[in-house]
Amino acid sequence: MSKPIIATTSLAGCFGCHMSFLDIDDRLLDLIELVEFNKSPINDIKNFTNVCDIGLIEGGCCNTENIHILKEFRKNCKILISFGECAIMGGLPAMRNDVPVRECLEEAYLSGPSTVNEERILPNDEELPMILNRVYPCHEVVKMDYHLPGCPPNADLIWDVLHALILDVNIELPYEVIKYD
Amino acid sequence: MIENKIQKILDKFNRDKTRLMDILLHIQSEIGYIPQTLIQPIADGIDLSAADVLQTISFYHFFTLKPRGKYTIYLNNSIVAYMMGREKVAKVFEEECGCKFGEVTEDGLIGLFDTACIGMSDQEPAALINGKVFTNITTFRAREIIRDMKQGRKVEEMFATTFGDGKNASPLIRTIVRNRMKRTGPVLNMSYKAGNTLLKQVAQMTPKEVINEVKLSHLRGRGGAGFPTGLKWEFCRRASGEKKFVFCNADEGEPGTFKDRVILTEKPEMLFEGMTIAGYAIGAKEGILYLRYEYMYLKKYLEDVLDRLRKNNQLGPNTANIKGFDFDIRIQFGAGAYVCGEESALIESSEGKRGEPRNRPPFPVEKGYLDYPTVVNNVETLCSVVRIIQNGGDWYRSLGTEESTGTKVLSVSGDCRYAGIYELEWGFTVSDILEMAGAENTLAVQVGGPSGALIGPDDFNRTLCYSDLATGGSFIIFNESRDILRDVVMNFTEFFIDESCGSCVPCRNIPTLLKHKLEKILQGHGTEKDITDIKEWGNMMQINRCGLGHTAANPVLTSLKNFRHLYEDKIQKTVEFDSGIDLAEAVAESCEFVDRIPKF
Repeated sequence: MSKPIIATTSLAGCFGCHMSFLDIDDRLLDLIELVEFNKSPINDIKNFTNVCDIGLIEGGCCNTENIHILKEFRKNCKILISFGECAIMGGLPAMRNDVPVRECLEEAYLSGPSTVNEERILPNDEELPMILNRVYPCHEVVKMDYHLPGCPPNADLIWDVLHALILDVNIELPYEVIKYD
Repeated sequence: MIENKIQKILDKFNRDKTRLMDILLHIQSEIGYIPQTLIQPIADGIDLSAADVLQTISFYHFFTLKPRGKYTIYLNNSIVAYMMGREKVAKVFEEECGCKFGEVTEDGLIGLFDTACIGMSDQEPAALINGKVFTNITTFRAREIIRDMKQGRKVEEMFATTFGDGKNASPLIRTIVRNRMKRTGPVLNMSYKAGNTLLKQVAQMTPKEVINEVKLSHLRGRGGAGFPTGLKWEFCRRASGEKKFVFCNADEGEPGTFKDRVILTEKPEMLFEGMTIAGYAIGAKEGILYLRYEYMYLKKYLEDVLDRLRKNNQLGPNTANIKGFDFDIRIQFGAGAYVCGEESALIESSEGKRGEPRNRPPFPVEKGYLDYPTVVNNVETLCSVVRIIQNGGDWYRSLGTEESTGTKVLSVSGDCRYAGIYELEWGFTVSDILEMAGAENTLAVQVGGPSGALIGPDDFNRTLCYSDLATGGSFIIFNESRDILRDVVMNFTEFFIDESCGSCVPCRNIPTLLKHKLEKILQGHGTEKDITDIKEWGNMMQINRCGLGHTAANPVLTSLKNFRHLYEDKIQKTVEFDSGIDLAEAVAESCEFVDRIPKF
């Protein structure tokens, strides 16, 4: 039997969730015995080369590229997991959601106290992703199967969840592990 | 100049920080708003931090840090106002003023603002203009009102109709508000003789006998929660405390409720007598009537009634000639917050703070106002007490049903011929009331206001009582021309979003999420999953701290329960997931700003 395949990505996130993933430490060695990695920043595979069993999504969607990638993941992964607060609720990037996007761009590129842009150049190259009106949590863009809370999710929790999914065993989720308040 | 005025106001309230509400109300009525520069001097004067003062100001709808115009129009945005043509009226106000709602005209003359139900659901659209109530506003009247304002007329000169019926026309009220009493019973009956019960009967009874009589009557709280009144009083009497307090909850913020307004207008003596009896029963010397800001137009009148009662020995030293029973009542105004109808929030507000419900226990009967044992009763409950003492608990129990004794005053509004106040014994069915009110082609009834239940024809044979359809009195009728989801459920959900105090996470967030779900379904992007989400998320509201939080999802949940087909008709049956996101719309603003044509 071939190994289950995992893919991961970071959308509008800070890579903190991926760092926490690496914090499973020596269990990484156990993990690569159990699974194969496909598209992921961990191995730098840029495009899906296979249908995956599990997709871990860090971050929400703040631009059109995020949406595109998230949809790609949905197409290519059997199980999709919102991995950390930003994927689940938009997190810190979503703090802009109450401010009109016009004001955000103006402050970032024109009027901010640390901004020097005398020629008033605005990022409008066609190659660039387009900015969305607000930051969307992943489950508002595609169907998500699981939510893994935390900022970032605790390394033990990540390990336990992957372990349970891969080996198809029940998982214990004591209150302390998923309570963040 | 202003500094002096502030110091005078602070002195008037003995620089007591627990009177911050009164201090702010006075400053605002003096200046029209509360200038930012005064926050520090107020805070210094009453030994609070500026942040404390600011958080109280920011909590209440009617407190403002910016001028809201020489004339301030607060146009009601409750459901019944919309049903009666609010939108057209609002449009005329905006056109005539040249500004939008939420703004003030450039010359600072007129401010247009929304406000939640002002207790006039039987005479909508209605507005508060500089504290005066304007009812049944038409587009024509709206034009006239603005014209009068531009000519600088006094607000009371703008009434274009005769004063209302009953005491509404009395010199100290002079309002065009109408009572519309359609059916009276023990509470609203005109045969009441002020003070008789207190002076002749209560004076001969011990407090314990008073409590026993109330217990015998099986009277339950009329604000909606239905807690046994006698038991509440007994708990408070037994609680230890140097002082005790009686509060009357006249915050009446539940949209569609206006019965307390009528009782306060026609039977204030009865209410104050009930408070005095409660004070005697529990051993309190001070009663506080917490009156919603919207009813400020009754202030002079009610204060005059209190003065008269003091002169007649029905208040003041040795009240009712009972030695050592020195009972008095003062009026505490709120400043626009639905949640202050919750008893512990009402107490917080009376102490000058944000109206956030407290954690319980301890209950107010043990630790209430200023941490002393406190009884909080609804207007109607206290009035019923007077009748119970007068005629006996047994008599009261003979009214209504076995477990819901006595009568209930209902506020009936919406699509019916005879909107108004109905005092009925418990046990009437919804159909009975619809018939009495002259309602035809009724599609749905909201029983108990937004926090109650939306029911359809299948439930019209149900009865009003604590074990079936309990209600605080709001009864809003919708006929077949109404769009239940788009108009009714959406309006109520927006109401709860505005009125959440923000303390508990589910109450702060879930109503907004439910609104988004509802919008998605109405736009045709809904799926079965959205319906299950609504149900699951709505049930999470039970972990909120107060009754408001528990019920804030009810408009969505009860409409889903009783009108599920309305939701199901609008969702996509073959699609498992729909984001509902229109990508072109989502990028439009950012692309426009950076001068880029969106391409996908």
